Amino acid sequence: MSTAFSKTSAARNELRDGALTAIPVIVAAAPFGVLFGALAVENGFSVFEAVLMSATIYGGASQMVGIELFGQKIAPWLVVFSIFAVNFRHVLYSASIGRLIRNWTFRQKAAGFFLLVDPQYAETETRAAMGKPVSFTWYMGLAAPIYVSWLTETWIGGLFGRLITNPHALGIDFLLPIYFLGLVMGFRKRRMWLPVVGASAFASIAAYQTIGSPWHVSIGAVAGILLAAMMPLKPRTGPV
Amino acid sequence: MSTTLTIIFSGAVLTYAARIGGHVVLSRFRSIHPRVEAGLDAVPAAVLTTLVAPAAINGGPAEFAALCVAALVGFRYSLMPMFLAGAVTIILLRNIF
Repeated sequence: MSTAFSKTSAARNELRDGALTAIPVIVAAAPFGVLFGALAVENGFSVFEAVLMSATIYGGASQMVGIELFGQKIAPWLVVFSIFAVNFRHVLYSASIGRLIRNWTFRQKAAGFFLLVDPQYAETETRAAMGKPVSFTWYMGLAAPIYVSWLTETWIGGLFGRLITNPHALGIDFLLPIYFLGLVMGFRKRRMWLPVVGASAFASIAAYQTIGSPWHVSIGAVAGILLAAMMPLKPRTGPV
Repeated sequence: MSTTLTIIFSGAVLTYAARIGGHVVLSRFRSIHPRVEAGLDAVPAAVLTTLVAPAAINGGPAEFAALCVAALVGFRYSLMPMFLAGAVTIILLRNIF
C-alpha cells in the first residue's frame, strides 16, 4: 500500500513538473495563438474553422503559413503542401524522441506524437539531457495545458483579435523568433553547437533569399545536421 | 466538404504523418549508427536556428537589436527573462523610432 501511495505521489510530482514547465511556454505562445485566431478570421476562416485548425494541425508556424496562403487564394493543394513543408521537421523530432519513450504503450506513443510541437520537443530533450525520466505522465502534464491554451487563445483571437489595432507596435510579429532564439541557446552546451548553428543560419538565409519560404526551414536544418553527422566521431565516454 | 475543411484535414493528416513517421521509420533499425546519432543530436539547434536567422537578417535595426539583447541575456539567464528582454527591446525601439 505504501508503494502504491509513493507511486501515486511520484506520478503527481511528474504531472506537476510538466505543468510548471508548461507555464513559460504558454506565456510565450499566447500572443501567437491570439494572433493566429485573429488573422485566420481576417483571411476568411470562421472562428470554428480557426479553432478546428489549431486542434487538428496544432503547429503554430504551419497554421500561420496556411492561413496566409489561403488568404492569397493559392491553390488548395499548395496550401496543404506548404503546411506539410513547414511541419516536415517533425520527422526529425519524432525520430529523436522515439529513443526516449521506448517503454510507452502504442496508444501513449500515438497520443504523444500528435502533441509533439517545437517547445514540447525542446523541453522533452532538455529533461532527458538532465537525466530525468521522460514518463507519459510528465509528458502529458506538459502537453495538455499547452494544447488547451492554444485552442483557447485561437478562439479568443478569432472573437476579439480585431481589437489589436497595431500589432507591429507591440512587436507581435517578432516574438516568435525571439522565443526560438531562446530555445536555440538552451542547447548551447551540446557538442558541435556553434558550428551547427552557424551552418544552419547560413544555409537557411541563403535558401530564404533564393528558393524562398518555407523551404529555408528544411534546407537550413539539413545543413546543420549533415555537418554534425560528418564531423570526426569521438569515442563515446558515457551513456547517451 | 468545403475547401477550408479539406485544407485543414489534409494538413492535419500530413502533419501527424510527419510527427509519427520519424519514429516509425527509425524504430525498424536495431542499432543507430553513431553518425546518425550525432546528426539527431544536432536536430533541435539546427531546425530552430532556421526559424531565427532569416528573421534576423530581414528585419530592421530594431529587430536585429532585439535578438542581440535577447542573446546576451540568454547567456546568463533562463528562457523567460531572455524572452522578456527581447520583447521589451523590440517594443521600445519600434515605438521610439
